[in-house]
Parts: sequence; structure tokens; C-alpha cells
Amino acid sequence: MSDIWDALLNLGDQLAAHILLSAAAIALGIAVALPLAVWASRSPAVARAALGFASLVQTIPALALLALFFPILLSLRAVFGDGLPTLGFLPALLALSLYALLPILRNAITAQANLDPGVIEAADGVGMTFGQRLRLVEAPLSAPYIMAGIRTAAVWTIGAATLATTIGQKSLGDPIFAGLQTQNWVLVLAGCIASAGLALIADGLLGTIEKGLRTRRRALTFGGLAAVALGVGAALFAQFGGSDERRIVIGAKGFSEQYILARLIGQQLEANGYAVDYRDGLGSAVAHRAVTTGAIDVLVDYTGTIWTNQMEREDNPPRDAMLEEIVEWETDTSGTHVLGRLGFENAYGLAMRGERAAALGIESIADLAGAAGGMTVGGDPEFFERPEWIAVRNAYGLGFAEQRNFSPTFMYNALQSGEADVIGAYTSDGRIAADGLTILEDPQGAFPNYDAIVLLAPETGSDAAIRAAIEPLVGAIDVEAMREANLSVDREEGKLTFEEAARRLAERIGL
Amino acid sequence: MISKDQAALEFKSVGKRYGAVKAVRDVSLTIAPRQFVALVGASGSGKSTLLKTINRLAEADSGEVVYEGDPVGSLPLPALRRRVGYVFQSIGLFPHMTVGENIAIGQRLAGEKLSSARIAELLELVELEAGIATRMPDALSGGQRQRVGVARALAGDPHLLLMDEPFGALDPVTRDALGGRVRKLHDELGLTTIMVTHDMAEALLLADRVLVMDAGEIVADETPQSLLEGRGGAVAQELAAVPRAQADRLAELAR
Repeated sequence: MSDIWDALLNLGDQLAAHILLSAAAIALGIAVALPLAVWASRSPAVARAALGFASLVQTIPALALLALFFPILLSLRAVFGDGLPTLGFLPALLALSLYALLPILRNAITAQANLDPGVIEAADGVGMTFGQRLRLVEAPLSAPYIMAGIRTAAVWTIGAATLATTIGQKSLGDPIFAGLQTQNWVLVLAGCIASAGLALIADGLLGTIEKGLRTRRRALTFGGLAAVALGVGAALFAQFGGSDERRIVIGAKGFSEQYILARLIGQQLEANGYAVDYRDGLGSAVAHRAVTTGAIDVLVDYTGTIWTNQMEREDNPPRDAMLEEIVEWETDTSGTHVLGRLGFENAYGLAMRGERAAALGIESIADLAGAAGGMTVGGDPEFFERPEWIAVRNAYGLGFAEQRNFSPTFMYNALQSGEADVIGAYTSDGRIAADGLTILEDPQGAFPNYDAIVLLAPETGSDAAIRAAIEPLVGAIDVEAMREANLSVDREEGKLTFEEAARRLAERIGL
Repeated sequence: MISKDQAALEFKSVGKRYGAVKAVRDVSLTIAPRQFVALVGASGSGKSTLLKTINRLAEADSGEVVYEGDPVGSLPLPALRRRVGYVFQSIGLFPHMTVGENIAIGQRLAGEKLSSARIAELLELVELEAGIATRMPDALSGGQRQRVGVARALAGDPHLLLMDEPFGALDPVTRDALGGRVRKLHDELGLTTIMVTHDMAEALLLADRVLVMDAGEIVADETPQSLLEGRGGAVAQELAAVPRAQADRLAELAR
């Protein structure tokens, strides 16, 4: 239990960010929904269109809606210029506001439609103008119903805001995604408790306001409003009230190695007097985009990933030539700075349980081709979409009976339990040795090189002091050290936190 | 000021249609100050629509309504409606405002304040306790609510009081009492009153002049006396026959 308390107490920053994001999204949702509802009450066509649109939005999974705002904002840069953020707060705000729209709009339109026509006629009959009727009669009579809609929207938004983590916005989703990644259930639980608790509190306060409006008890209404304002104000203070020093933002994709390396870099920077912040759980494409646009300052990426996914290359040159071209390409396209290799490679490789591979006599991917027809292949959610996989599949003519997506952690469990026969594993993963897995050889060299490299955002990269602080890590981490660190957070028993694993790794490589 | 012989209200060839339905057809009519006019007719005869063309809750499509010398179409809408007292069939009290706030709404809209003494006076006119001013409408009985509705209509000292089936939702005892009260107020305050009703008995007992409408037209324009004497044509007599027969039967029973 004390673990959960510790984890909860560490969530202050995420809680404040979560409150601000949710409150801003609900506020924007209200600001759009209410005028729309007034318009809709005068025009059935507008009512149908508005409700239809809001319902349609609701059918899009929240995660997809969040993800879709990245390309939408990217294309809007043509209008608003390159300063338009495509990751983090803005897309999260827009997606969640759209999500909050439906319950508010629906309740507001229903409330208007259900107003007693006699009362509306009376409002006109006593000589009210359009605005007076809205302000003095329609708004106060609809208020309790609208408030009920806002209440529903708040609960949905607070829940969905945990997904904002995936597009680089700090939220209570951070511990959930990090915990899911490493099967650290304490972290997952802490994130759930915090976000559920926040939703319950918001529901209670908004319910108090609703009750105040319904029973016309001003003390309740204003008490509830004051409490909400106080909560949001406290979150604002927590986020922006401190010193406005520049924080260096370190990004991490959604797997253990990335979390550990982000902390390792963060600890180096902190030791040099910098304040740092983490954006965890980013998707691969999102993360690369984030560093090239300066949405994050530092990212550990992999040469093969950039080569095949961002540069869309299909050839497979030797590692030095590849790195050279990547450095040149990053400089030319965005000015992103490649600090250098960390010293280890985290390649994709196809892995099988050792004894199974031995029994079947499979040593290389070429051997697999014959047996694949009866097998299930597992991969992380990105794996089967990546050009590397397609290249390997085509090169060896692999045709599996079934392919299944797993979160990286569960992928190893699936291999052990037989739900998958082969997985797309990471070669720096400590579980390969710990689980006794065999990495199949790649005689055709279809998988490219995946040297871990440090990328610095264009502006960050031109800061010599920042470069100097991270420089000692370049070439310092061999694959054995990385595997040990990865295993220390992934294993079932005696898990280390990412911070602890990063400190041990720093010790081991002599920093 | 209105000169003595000026009409309080004049309808000049007023017409109003809803889609293909002609609710009011070419009605021309003059109403003198201080008359109590009952507008009687079956459902759908156009009587409510005709009433509403006066304060433009329904806009006339053709012709015009002239109120104390001004065509109503030329008056700013909120000002016109505040000059004309209106009692609604549905009562139409604002459920989120106290009785006092409901009565004072017209003045509030004009940016004025109605004193609590005046509110008490208005409540007294409709025979309600002054203390009721702080209650909410849903705490009152139906009869009390419509009394408040009448007080609200009178708050702006209008010369003209329009009533659209004002007692339709009330029980017979309340209905009778409130009808009598309104007729007294009409006399005491020197109002011109137009009351829409489908109840010929009510019209005969309260009004000075009874207009009968049928299919959008005025088919009879008589005093209660002459209606009872059999004038006004077939539609009017059909409506008048009901209370007359009831009265005869009651007289028979009492004998």
C-alpha cells in the first residue's frame, strides 16, 4: 500500500496538468456548444446537423481522435505558420473539446426544446427582446439541464484525458502508460486512482452546482463554482506559479529502454544544473516529429527506424554510411542535431523460445519460411505497419497463419504462453536472455541497423552547454549494460523504477 | 391623450394565414374605449389569432391594426407589448421568479423598478395577500396563479387588456369569482378589454359586446341582450342556445 501512496504523491505535476487540460477542454466545449444550442433552438436544420456531427465525433475512439489532430494541425501550418504546435496541449485540447461537445450540446438543445411553450409565449407577450428572453427566461430554465450535460462531459473528458499522454501532453495517463509498459501495476493503479478520484470530485462539485440551479439555492451554486475555480486555480499555480525557468523536455517512446535512457539523460542534465521534464509514451513517428519541431528537446532514436520510416529508404547500407546519411538528412530537412551513437544497437529481430526453435530446427528466418504457415506471429502495435517488417516478410516469403498485436511487455508473455510462436523482439531487451529466447539469424540482412542515437531539437542542438552535458553518454553504453538495465525494470520480481535503473546504468558505465 | 370619440382599437381589413389555412379573413372592426368585448367562437375559428394581431404575437399578413391612433406595425415591438396588458391561456408565469418578480417583469425590462407597495396594491386588486409576493409560482393554486397573471398584465397601467381564454384551466367556482373580479377591475380602472373565450355563457355574463367568429370571419357583433333575443345569425345562435337551454332546465328544476 505504501508503494501506491508514494506513487500517488509523485503525481502532483501530472494531476495539475490533467486538471488544466480537462478544464480547458470543457470550457472550450461549453463555449462552442452553448451558442450552437441557441442557434439550433431557432433552426431545426442546425439542430440536426450539430447533433449529428457531435454524435459522429463520439463514435471515433478517443485515442484515434487525439492521434488525428496531429496531421490536421500539421496541415493547418500552411495557414498559421510553423509556430503552430502539433503535439502536446493544443491537439489534446481540441480533441477533448470535441469529445465534450456532445453531452453539453445534447442537453442544451433538449432543455430548449422542452421549455414550456406557454412560458416562452409569455416572455414574448410581456415584451422581452430576443436577448432578454434568452438571458432572463431560457438560460435560467435550461441551466440545470445544461449543467447535467457539463457534468457528463467532465467525467468523460477527465477519463479520456489520460490518453493525451500518447501525443506528448503530460497527464495522469503518464503513470498508466509507463506502468502498462513495464507491468508495474502500482503505477497503473496510482494513475487510475488519481484520475478516477479527480472525476468523482469534479462530478460531485458540478452536481452541487446543478442542484443549486435546480432548487434555486444560490449558496450551493456559488459554493460549487467557487470550489471548481479554486481547484483550477491551484492547478494553474502549480503549473505556472513557480519560476518560469526553461525546462529541457526529454521525450521517450513507449518502451522501457526509452524511459530509462530519458531518465539517464535527464539526470545528466540535472547534474549540470538544468531543469528537466519528460514526455513519455510517444509513438515512434510522433516522437521523431516532436524533436525535429522542437516540441521536445532530446530524443533517443534508432538509425534503422529513421532510415526506413522517416527517410522511406529501402536499401540497406553499412552502419557508418547509414549514420552519415541520416546526419546529413536531419540537418538538411529540419536542422535537427545528431549528437552521436550511444554505443549499442536495439534491432528488431524475430525471436522464438529457445527449446521450440531447437526442436523445430529453426536457426534463421530462412528456416522459418517453411514452418510459418502454422504459426502465429506477435508484434508491438507498430511492428506490422513498419516498412522493415514488410521488407523482411517479402525477402523471406513469410506467410504466417495469424498475426497479433501486443503491448511490448505482453508480447514476451504471449511467447511464453504459446499465444504467439514468433515475436518481433528488440535485441537490447533483457528478457531475451532471461527468458531463454533465440533471435533468428537474418542471412539476407533484411533488417537494417538500429544503432541508438541521440537527437537534439534544432535550437537545443546549437547550445554547446547542453551538448556538453549529454556528450559523456555518447559511445558509453554497450548492449550488455542496456539489457541489464532493461531487465531490471521489466522483470516480475524486484522491479526498479526508471530513475533507479538509470542511476544503476550510470554507475555501471562509470559516470 | 385619447379624445373621447377616438377608437381604442381599429382593425382595417386584417388577414392572417398559416400556410394554406386562412386563420383570419379580412376583419374590419372598431372598438370604443372602455368596452368589454368578448370574442367567441369554436376551436380553430381564428379568435386567438385575431387577438394576437393586436400585440403582434401574430403578425397580420394584410391590413392593419390601429391602437389609440398608431398602427401597431409602426410601434417598436417591446414597447407595444408593454403598453398592452396580456393574460395568457397558459397563465405563463416564469417558474424561476417569485410572484413579485413576475408582476414587476415589464418594468424590469424597461429598466425601471416596481415598488413593493405597488406590487402589494396590484395583488390587492386581484384579491391576493401582499405576502404572496415572495412565494414561487409553483407554491400557488391554479386560481391564484391566474390572479397573479392578471396583476402582471395590469402592472404597467395599460389602457388595453387582452385575455386569451384566461379562465380556461380553472375550476368553475374559481372561474366565476375571477371573471367577476376582472369585470370589476375593468370598470374601476377604465380599461378597454378584449377576452377570447369559447364559453358563450361567460361572454354573455361579462361582456358589453359579443363578437362571434367562424372560419376567420366575424359573423355576429351583438350585445348580450340582443343575442339572447335571437339576433346574430345561425352560428351565434347555435353557441347561445347551449347556455340558454341550460338556464331553462335549471329554472325548471328550481321550480
